[in-house]
Formats: sequence, C-alpha cells, structure tokens
Amino acid sequence: MLEPTAFNFKKNISKALGDRQLRANLKSAMDGLKTKRLNVFADDDELQQLRILCNAIKKRALSRLPQLLEQLEEKCVQNGIQVHWAETTDAACRIVLDIMKQHGASRLLKGKSMVSEEMHLNQYLQKIGIEAIETDLGEFIIQLDGEPPSHIIVPAVHKNKDQIAKTFHEKIPGAPYTEVVEELNSIARKNLRQKFFEGQIGLSGVNFAVAETGTLCLVENEGNGRMCTTVPSVHVAVMGIEKVVERMEEVPPLLRLLTGSATGQLITTYVNMITSPRKPGEKDGPKEVHLVLLDNGRSKILADAELRQTLYCIRCGTCLNHCPVYTRLGGHAYGFVYPGPIGEILTPQIEGLDVAGELATASTLCNACEEVCPVMIPIPRLIRRMRTESYAKDSSATVKGHGYKTNFLESTVWKLWAKMNTSPWLNSLNSKMLGLLGGLLPKAGPLKAWTSVRSKPKFAAKSLHQRVKERGVNRE
Amino acid sequence: MQEKRQYPPKPQKVYVFGTCVIDLIYPDAGMAAIQLLEREGLDVIFPQEQSCCGQPAFNSGFPDEARQVAREQIRVFKQDYPIVVPSGSCAGMMRCHYPELFEGTELQAAAKKFAGRVFELTEFLTHVLKVRLEDLGAPLQVTWHSSCHALREMGVIEDSKSLLRQLKNVELVELQSEKECCGFGGTFSVKHPEISGSMVRDKIDDIQATGAPVVISGDCACLLHITGAAENLKLPVKGRHIAEFIWERTHA
Repeated sequence: MLEPTAFNFKKNISKALGDRQLRANLKSAMDGLKTKRLNVFADDDELQQLRILCNAIKKRALSRLPQLLEQLEEKCVQNGIQVHWAETTDAACRIVLDIMKQHGASRLLKGKSMVSEEMHLNQYLQKIGIEAIETDLGEFIIQLDGEPPSHIIVPAVHKNKDQIAKTFHEKIPGAPYTEVVEELNSIARKNLRQKFFEGQIGLSGVNFAVAETGTLCLVENEGNGRMCTTVPSVHVAVMGIEKVVERMEEVPPLLRLLTGSATGQLITTYVNMITSPRKPGEKDGPKEVHLVLLDNGRSKILADAELRQTLYCIRCGTCLNHCPVYTRLGGHAYGFVYPGPIGEILTPQIEGLDVAGELATASTLCNACEEVCPVMIPIPRLIRRMRTESYAKDSSATVKGHGYKTNFLESTVWKLWAKMNTSPWLNSLNSKMLGLLGGLLPKAGPLKAWTSVRSKPKFAAKSLHQRVKERGVNRE
Repeated sequence: MQEKRQYPPKPQKVYVFGTCVIDLIYPDAGMAAIQLLEREGLDVIFPQEQSCCGQPAFNSGFPDEARQVAREQIRVFKQDYPIVVPSGSCAGMMRCHYPELFEGTELQAAAKKFAGRVFELTEFLTHVLKVRLEDLGAPLQVTWHSSCHALREMGVIEDSKSLLRQLKNVELVELQSEKECCGFGGTFSVKHPEISGSMVRDKIDDIQATGAPVVISGDCACLLHITGAAENLKLPVKGRHIAEFIWERTHA
C-alpha cells in the first residue's frame, strides 16, 4: 500500500513510465473501454441531453443535501435499515467493526466499494485480526498481490492475463498455472464460493441512494455484489454522503450514464435495489441491513459553490480512461485512492493541498476529461483552482493546506512576466534580446527541463511586432 | 461543449492578435495570417501594444498576473472589430476564459463583449470570409495535429481541415489518435517533462506512421513541442502552421 506520507509523485511517475508492460496493458484496456463507450453512446444528441439532465439532478440534489440525507435516513429507518453517520473514515471503520463485534464475526465479505478503500477498511480490520475478503474479481486479484486498486472501476486494469495467471498460481494454494480466462475465472469462483457460505457479514458500496424511498442502488457484473448483500445474515452498505438523489425516477438516466461511461454497457448484468432487510415470512435476504454515511471532508467541499461540483461525481472512471496522463501512469503513481483527473481535484480537497496538491500539476488541461464527464464536472477549471490555491495564502482560499507552494522565486517570475507583458517597451526589449541572444541562453531552470525532451527554441531574429512595423501594417 | 456560433457578415476591418509564441518564434506564421486576411480585402490592424493572452499564468495558478495581462489586451483591442487569432489555444483563452477570469470585477461586461469578438483564424476564414483557395503547389501529403483547445474549446478543427481539403494537390492523411494531446500543456511541459516526453513520443510515432513529411497545425506551441522533441530524437518531422502553409501554396 502506498502510504500518503510516503507520497513521492516524481518518483512514482518515473517508475510508471519506465514500466513498458504497464503502458501496454493500460493502452489496450483504455482503448477498449473508450471504444465500448462510444458504441453505447452512438447518438451524441441523446448523450448531451442526458448529461445536461444528470448534471441538473446532481446539482439539485446537492443544493438540498442536508434535507435529502435526513429524508433518506427517515425512509431507511422506516424500512428497517439501520443508519449510521460517520464524520471521518476512522469513525466509519469503527462502526463497521462494532457491527462485526456484535455478531462475533471474524470475516468480512466485500463487494467492490471505493468508499471502503477511502476508509482503508481492510488495513484497519487486519490490524485487529479480522479478515476482509474482496469478492470482486479485480479486487480479488489485487488483494492477492497486496496492491491497492489502480482504477476506480477496473481495479486490476494494470495487469494482463499472464500476470494474473502467475499471481493465481503463486498465491492460491493448489491453483494450477493457466492462461485460459475461463479457467482463471473458475479458480477465483471456487475459491470465493466457499467463503460466501461461511461469511456472516457482507459489505458493499452504494451507487445511488434514493431519498424518497430509502432505496440503495448497486450495479455490478459478477453477481458477487448480490451475494454479498443477500447471502450473509448482515449487510453493511457504505456510501459517501454525496450519493443521495431525491427521486426514484432520477435513477434510470443516472444509471444509463454510469454504466455507459464506465464500461460501455447499456445496463450491468446485475442491478440491485435494496430497500429493507428480510421481512417476516420471506425466505432469504439479510436479517440486518446497515447504512454507513461517510462525510470525510465532503460537507466542506459542499460549502464552496465552485468546488461543490466535485461531488457530482458518480465514479464512472471515464475521465481516467480518456486522460492522456492517467493512461501512461496508471493509478498507483497517483499515490492515493482516487487517481486520474477526478483524483487530481478530489484528493487534494480531502487530504489537503499540502499533502496531495502536486496531483493537480499532472494535467495538460487538454479538457478530454471535461468532454466526457457524464455529469459535466468542469474538471480542468477545478484543477486550475487547486493550482491557484496551492499558491494562495489569503483568506479567499478555502482548500485545506492552501498556500503550501508559495515561494519567492516563482511568484517573482510571474510578477516579472506580468510586468513585461503589460509594458510594450519591456516586451519589445525582451523580444529583441531573445532574437539576438536567445541561442546563448544556458540550459538551466525551465529551459533545462524543456531541453531534456526537446531542442532549444529558436527565437526569431525579428519578432512579429518588428515585422509588422517594417511592413507598414496598420498598427493604430 | 460548444454552442453553435452565429457569425457576423464580412467586416471592413479586423484586428490580429499575434500570440506571444508566434511573436517570438514563428513570426512567419503571423505574417502569413495577416496576408491571408489582407488578400480578402480586409484592413488588418495589429496593435503594437498587444502581448500575451495571459494563459500561461492562468493555467499555472497565478490568476492575478493573468488578469493584469488580459486587462491590457482588452484595453488595447478597443474598437469593435473582430479579433482574429492564429491559435486555437490563445483564442480559447480569450473567448472561453476571459469572462471567467473577470467574473465579479468591473471588467466583467467588457470581458464578455471582448470574448464575443474573438475568432480563431481558420474559423474566421471559413465562416466569415468564406475563402476559396487555389492551390499552386506541387502534390504533397500532409498530416494534421489538432490542438486540444482548438478542438475542445473553439471547436474549429473541421474549419481548419476544410481549408486543407480545398488545396487540390494536398492529400490529408489523418492521425490515428488525432484527439489525443501532444503533451505540451504550457508549464506542464517543464513541470513534468517525463510525462510530456512520453506523450509527444507517441504523437511523433503517430505522425511518422502516416508517411507524410509534414505535420500542419493551427497552434505553434504544439508545433514547437512536437518538432523540438523530434529534433531531439533526430527524427525527420517537419511542422508548419496552417496559415503559413496555406499562404505559401496559394500566393503567386
């Protein structure tokens, strides 16, 4: 596990870029996901209308978040779901642990949940001798290798089939070496099936929670989510507070965009709508259902009208798939739970700019993420905001750890730049100097970084300003 | 997402905003843009006090400095003429981000008005001037690089390509990953040279795979990065700004 304290972005970047296999694995996976997405959104007009609609749904829900959460709690309680509130990830972990203790459980069966990753729940439980078993195939693979997810939706996307074959053979007792996908699936299935029968507590995430009905929606493709939420006698769902929507009728368009953007599917193999524990007379289903609502900095993000848009995110991961930086680094280089463009804006807000602000530098602001984001989060704009707050010491800055990057040299350089570009006299002097002496500039500072990849810029002997003047173009 | 833009009738006078990269490194591209506009019978005005659109500071976390520089441009381009910019990126800054940059300031309305007058060069040539080009050059294959902001902010890539397609002796061979960023990204190029280098390497491979000896683009900063990286790798990739390329092939 990459610990935040050990976060060394530059080192992670070098390591990732040096791994040719990683790049090949990512490229083929991302190209596949992008193509599938395009196929499922063949009608661009429909896609754009859906984006506008879902942006409005999220915007409206977040503008009434406190009321919707109270309504959700009330409905859930009416339905027999026990609701818990956690301000921090530690508090959320304690709630899960307490539920396990009440039932004397020593094993947790987990469906895929990014919030549980955010809680570092597995490590928390491991420390006190409780085993958390990942049942999503991708999560299962990386758990065998002791790795965190490298993608929000496809956690083992950085590995290819041969690497997985090797992991299974080495880490699962008695597993033969095979590169046949069906056989690999069967090894995982056999391994997990027994654990489902023995498990007492199942944990899942939540894709959307509906306030008016107290319904928890969960999409998945493997059936492990349904197993985790129905086979054990207790189901614990963990969700970030931003996942609540007001009405059931808002779920279908959101689902369409979520599954289409995430995996290029019209609908996932399983769509679970959980509204209560087993009712009297029913033969199956968990006897208890718990919902843990996690804040972890979200209410602070909510308070800022611009930053609030970060919370529109439905965790589809398509911004990762379309990001030219993510597709070269993979998720591990980002050092925290949420990688890629969304991670560049979400992580610094949760962890603090002083801890994770460097993430916001890893973007060319090419806008590919913004173009595909199903809920229209202006990610590049928010990346700029992170960058600005990294240098901002004044009271207008609101993100935790702001101003961590303030330094005399950089602020002086930009002050001089502004001076030069607002003074025609200085600007003209500068271009003349560069034209005459630009070739002699020493390869130091930014020019050193520039020339590590590219040749030195060749400054023109005469600038456009001079050429225009000589040619007699109207200069006003 | 771009809304469909309404274009004005052909004006008598236009401003040209040359951009700082063209000013210092590619003045030929700027001169070509001016000549293309003049050939259509326009009075071209190039205010000498212009400098930079402010994007470098805006994207690097220094909006105050960006505002100082942007304010100057709003002041300098004072008449109500269209402002033609031979760069999708600088045009995008002025058209899409000036209103945001001056939000809540006394220049908010002026910035919005200014933004409404900004046109990328090929967009202006196509929609406002409706140019017809006669190709006088020898047969040539070229490929095209879309800058991200020409593509996703200004939405003018089809305009640029339609001009290239008017050149009857020019065959446009498109890139495999035309929509992928070349890795320039302004100060990103010097803050993350390793990632930037990996991105441009792929772009160069893509360009070379077309077999075309020259890559055309509407943005000189991308070209500086791509051809500079190719030169560093000792690979024969030539870059030309679209204005320069069109002017050279169409003037007697």
